[in-house]
Amino acid sequence: MTNRFRTPSGGRIDRAAPVSFRFDGQTFSGFKGDTLASALIANGVHLVGRSFKYHRPRGFLSAGSDEPNALVNVARDAARSAPNLRATQVEIYQGLKASSQNRWPSLAFDAGAVNDLASPFLPSGFYYKTFMWPAGAWKRFYEPKIRAMAGLGVAPTVPDPDRYTQNYAYCDVLVVGAGPAGLAAALAASENGAKVWLADEQAELGGSLLSETSATIEGMPAAEWLKATLATLAARDNVTLLPRTTAFGYFPHNLIALAERVTEHLAAPGADLPRERLWKLRAKEVVIAAGALERPLVFPDNDRPGVLLADSGRTYLNRYGAKPGERAVVFTACDAGYRAALDLKAGGVTIAAIADLRAEVSGELPARALAAGIDVRPSTVVVGTKGRLRVASAQLAKVKNGQVGPAETIACDVVLMSGGFTPSVHLFSQSRGKLTWDVASGAYLPGTSVERERSAGAARGVYGLQRVLEDGYAQGEAAALASRDFASPARGTTPAPAASSRAFPAVADDLGADGFIGATPHGRNPALAKAFVDWQNDVTSKDIQLATREGMRSIEHVKRYTTTGMATDQGKTSNMNALGIVSEALGESVPKIGLTTFRPPFTPTTFGIFAGEARGDLFDPVRKTAIHDWAAEHGAAFEDVSLWKRAHYFPRAGEGGRMEDMHAAVARECRAVRASVGIFDASTLGKIEVVGPDAAEFMNRIYTNAWAKLEPGRLRYGVMLREDGFVMDDGVVGRLSHDRFHVTTTTGGAPRVLAHMEDYLQTEWPDLDVWLTSTTEQWSVIAVQGPKAREVLRPLLPDIDLSKDAFPHMSVREGSILGVPTRLFSVSFTGELGFEVNVPAEYGRAVWEAIYASGERFGITPYGTETMHVLRAEKGYIIVGQETDGTATPDDVNLGWAVGKAKKDFVGKRSLARAAMSAPDRKQLVGLRTADPKLVLEEGAQIVADPKAPVPVPMLGFVTSSYASAVLGHSIALAVIKGGRARIGQKLSVPMADRVIEVEVVEPVFYDPKGERLNA
Amino acid sequence: MLIIDCPWCGKRPEIEFRYGGEAHIARPADPSALSDEEWADFLYNRTNPKGLHAERWRHIHGCGRYFNALRDTVSDFFVTTYKAGEARPEHPRPDVEGSGT
Ligand SMILES: [Zn+2]
Repeated sequence: MTNRFRTPSGGRIDRAAPVSFRFDGQTFSGFKGDTLASALIANGVHLVGRSFKYHRPRGFLSAGSDEPNALVNVARDAARSAPNLRATQVEIYQGLKASSQNRWPSLAFDAGAVNDLASPFLPSGFYYKTFMWPAGAWKRFYEPKIRAMAGLGVAPTVPDPDRYTQNYAYCDVLVVGAGPAGLAAALAASENGAKVWLADEQAELGGSLLSETSATIEGMPAAEWLKATLATLAARDNVTLLPRTTAFGYFPHNLIALAERVTEHLAAPGADLPRERLWKLRAKEVVIAAGALERPLVFPDNDRPGVLLADSGRTYLNRYGAKPGERAVVFTACDAGYRAALDLKAGGVTIAAIADLRAEVSGELPARALAAGIDVRPSTVVVGTKGRLRVASAQLAKVKNGQVGPAETIACDVVLMSGGFTPSVHLFSQSRGKLTWDVASGAYLPGTSVERERSAGAARGVYGLQRVLEDGYAQGEAAALASRDFASPARGTTPAPAASSRAFPAVADDLGADGFIGATPHGRNPALAKAFVDWQNDVTSKDIQLATREGMRSIEHVKRYTTTGMATDQGKTSNMNALGIVSEALGESVPKIGLTTFRPPFTPTTFGIFAGEARGDLFDPVRKTAIHDWAAEHGAAFEDVSLWKRAHYFPRAGEGGRMEDMHAAVARECRAVRASVGIFDASTLGKIEVVGPDAAEFMNRIYTNAWAKLEPGRLRYGVMLREDGFVMDDGVVGRLSHDRFHVTTTTGGAPRVLAHMEDYLQTEWPDLDVWLTSTTEQWSVIAVQGPKAREVLRPLLPDIDLSKDAFPHMSVREGSILGVPTRLFSVSFTGELGFEVNVPAEYGRAVWEAIYASGERFGITPYGTETMHVLRAEKGYIIVGQETDGTATPDDVNLGWAVGKAKKDFVGKRSLARAAMSAPDRKQLVGLRTADPKLVLEEGAQIVADPKAPVPVPMLGFVTSSYASAVLGHSIALAVIKGGRARIGQKLSVPMADRVIEVEVVEPVFYDPKGERLNA
Repeated sequence: MLIIDCPWCGKRPEIEFRYGGEAHIARPADPSALSDEEWADFLYNRTNPKGLHAERWRHIHGCGRYFNALRDTVSDFFVTTYKAGEARPEHPRPDVEGSGT
C-alpha cells in the first residue's frame, strides 16, 4: 500500500526510515515517528473499530490519549498481547502487528451492528430496565451474551513473560506535561536550583509545539526553539526528562505515580530492559502543565469514520504529514476550526466549507479564511453526515431564530469539528483540589489547592503561546522557591498568579476564548438522529435528555444512568458536553449540575506495572525453618501456615512401593509417637523474650495466669485475653530467672501478641521496666515426643540431668547439646513424655540430625502438623483459632483453671466479670463420638438437638476439630456446644446435606484422661 | 500515601505505620471499681468525630513506638503528631482545616 494521503514533505516523521506493519492482517507502510493512527490515516484508513453498544463503525476522533474510538490490540506473540491500546499512542515499529477489536466476523461487516438497528430498544438505563427478569437470567444468559458482544478487547491467556519494575524516587519539582508551559516551568525550576523531573505521556516532548508550523518563539520557529530548549534541559544535571511517561495518579502528600513505557515502541527490545517502569515519585512541588483537550461538537452522525477533532486533524497533517482527507467540511464554534482549515488548505486539502455555529464571525483567523477564498458560513450547523464506512457528505443548515433551516448536502471525506478547549484538570482533581467554574471561559479551572501543586498554562485556562510560556515560567519559578521550604504549610491556599521574570516573545495564531458545550440544534426527528456525546460508551444526547426526563438531576446520577464518562477514557471528550446538555434540559447553570470526580488512572494502566516484581516466587514472602530442607529431603508434604511452610506429613513408600496417602502416613506417625518416639519441627512457634526487673509484674498483667510464684526453671501454660475477655493467644512460658521469661505464642499469632504487649507496655504501663524482643527466628525448636524421648536425648545432654525427679514435666534447663547452647523444655503437646529442644537457628539442622540419629534405635519417626493436630485433639488440647473464634472465654474452652482468680487485675479480667461471660448456655468445649466409629465429622458442621424441628432449626454449636484416631480405633471430634458440659452423655444430631449423623457428647479428653503418660 | 511525622524518627511514608485507634482513652486504674456500663463505655464507645481526631499510631516498621496524632478525618491529613503521654495539643492553625505537615 502506498501512503496516498502523505504530504510530499514536512512533519516530524523520518522519511528516510520506512516502517512496515500489519493491521488486521494487511501490510501497510509508514515512517519512523508515526503513530499507528497517523500511519493508517496516511494510508487512507479511517475505519478502525466498532462501537461498544451499537457496533457502529468508528474511526479516529483525536490524535492523543483522549482517543475514545481507536482501541486496538497489539501482539508480539501469544503472551505479549495487549488489548485496548489507543492507536493514537501506539508508535509503529518494523513488524508491528495490530488488530481491531469488538467486531465479528470482520471490521467492514460486523454482525453486532444489528444492535444499531435495534437501538430504539436500547435506551439509557437499558441495563437496569431490561435484565431484571427472570431472576438468575442475568448471570446465566444476559451477562455472558452482553460481554461477548460488547467485550473491549481480549486479554492474553498465557503469563506475561516481560518484566515490570517499580522504583521510588524523589525530586524538588515535578512538571507534568512537556508542552510550552511545562518546558518553561522546567527551565525556570531548574534555573532556580531545583531537582526537576519533566514527564510527558508522548513519545516526543513538546506537546502542542510538535504541531506548530508557523509560530515563532524568541525569534525562532517553534520547532527550533523546542529543539534548543530540550537540549538545554538535557544538559542540566538537575533535570530528568521522561518521555512516554504518564503521570496517572496523584496520591496524598505529592506522591505521583508515573508509568514509563520503556520498550513498547521498540521492534527488538533488549532483554535487559523492563517493559514498563512504575515510578513512585515523591515531589516537594508539582507543576501541572497538562494542557487542554479539544471538545467535539454533538451533532447527528458525528461518529462516522472521517469525523474528527479539528486540532487533531491539524496535528495529523503538521506533525505526521498525514492528510486526514482530501475534501473537508469544518464545523466549529471557535477560531480553532479556522486555524485547522487554513493549515489543511496549505497542506493541499480542499476546504469545502466552514460551518460556524456563531452568528458573528470576526477576528484574524476568520478574516484569513475569507481572504483564502474559503466558503465561510456563520449561523450554520451540521445536521448529519452520510457514507457507509466513511463520511462521504455532510448536511449543512442555517439556524435562524433558533429554527434549523433546510439542509444542503456537501460532499467531503473528512469533517473537522471544534467546540473549543477544556482545561485538563484531571490530575488537579485527583489531588482533591477544588475546581471553580469560570463564567468567562465557560470552563472548570483549578481553584483552591489541597496539595503542594500549581497548574500552569492551558491546564488552568491560560491561552495564547506567549502567555502560556510566561505562565509556565512563573509557576516553575514559584514551585522551585516553594520547594526550598518543605515544612511550610501550603494546603488550602490558592496560589497567587505569579508574574514571569522572563519574557518569551512569541508569535502565534490567537484562537480567542469562544466555545460551545452541549448539543447543537439539528431539527431532525429525534428518534432517528444519533448525536454522540460519549463515543466510547455509545451515549447520545438523546440518552442524556431521557435521563433528565426520568428524574436524574445531578450529573453523578446522569452519569451512572447513561454511563456517560464512565468508559476507560474517563469522559475526556464527553464530560463537558454532557454537562451542557443536562444544564439546558433542566434550565440550570452548569455549576449547579456539578462535575463528576476524576479518579486515577488518568489513562488505562497495565496490571503488570502494579504487580511489578511481585509475581511467582516473589508474590508473597515465604518463611522456612532451619529444618525445612531436611524435611524436603525426607519427602515431606508441606502446608502453608501463615507465611511459613510447615511439614504436613512424611509419606513413606508402603507395600508394592506405593506412597502412603496422608491418612496412612498420619496413622503411622501417631502410632509411632504413642508407642515409641517421634520428632517434630516446632520452630515456627512465635517466641518473645520478656526481660527486665518488672518482667514478672508485666506477665501478671498480660496473662490470666499468676506468674509471681513461678520459680525460675519452671514452665507454665499461659493464656492471653483481649481486654474484652476473649481468648487471644496461648503458649508455654519458661521462667529462666527472676527477670527473664521465654514466651512462646501460636505460629500465626506472634506479631499480634508482640504488638499487644508493646501497646500495653508503652501506653498503659510505661512505668514498668521491661524489654520485649521477638526471638521467633533466633530459635529452632525440636520437639521429641513419646515414651522413649528421654532415652533418645540422654546421650546428647551429658550436662543436664533428665531424670524424672531432677527434671519434672513443665521445667526448663539451660545447658548445651553438641556444644550448642540450648534451652531444654520438658513439655508435651501430645500427651506423651516430651521435650522441646531450643537451639540457635543456625545449629537447628545439625542438632535435629543428631537427635534423629540417636533415635534411630527406637525407630524415631518424623511427624508433621497433621499428626500434631490429631495427637493434641486426642488429649483435648485446644488450638487458638480452631477451638476459639474470638468469642470464647477461658472457661468456654475448659481453661478456667489457668485464670488467676486471686489476681486483682489482668487484661480482660473485668470483662470476664460480666454476667453474660459466665452464662450457663455459653458454647462450651466438649468431645463428640459418632455412632459409626469410622465416620469422621466435617469440621464446621452444625449440631442440633432435633433435626426435624421446624425451620429455622435451633443451632446448638458446631464441630471445631475432627479426625480419625488410629490409636483409639475410632473417630474423634471436638465441638463447642451451648451448655455443653451439662450435655455430656446426651445424643445430638449433625445434619448434613445427604443424611443426619447421630453423635454422643463426651468428655473432650479421649486419650489418657488422667495424664499419667506425661510424667512417665 | 501520606507522610507521617514520627516524633522519634521524623517524616516517613504511611506504609511504615499501623493505626491504633482513638488516643487518650486511659485504661482505668481499677477496672473492678467500674460498673458494667462504665466498663462497656471504656471498651467500646469512641467519639468518631468529623474533623479533628486524636488517635494512636505505631511506627511498626521503624522505631516500633506508639505515638499520638491529630488528624482531620475530613481531609485525611495529619495536623500534628506528639509523643505518647503528652497532652493533646492545641490545633496549631485552627483557622485552616488540615493545615500542617
Ligand atoms: Zn519512629
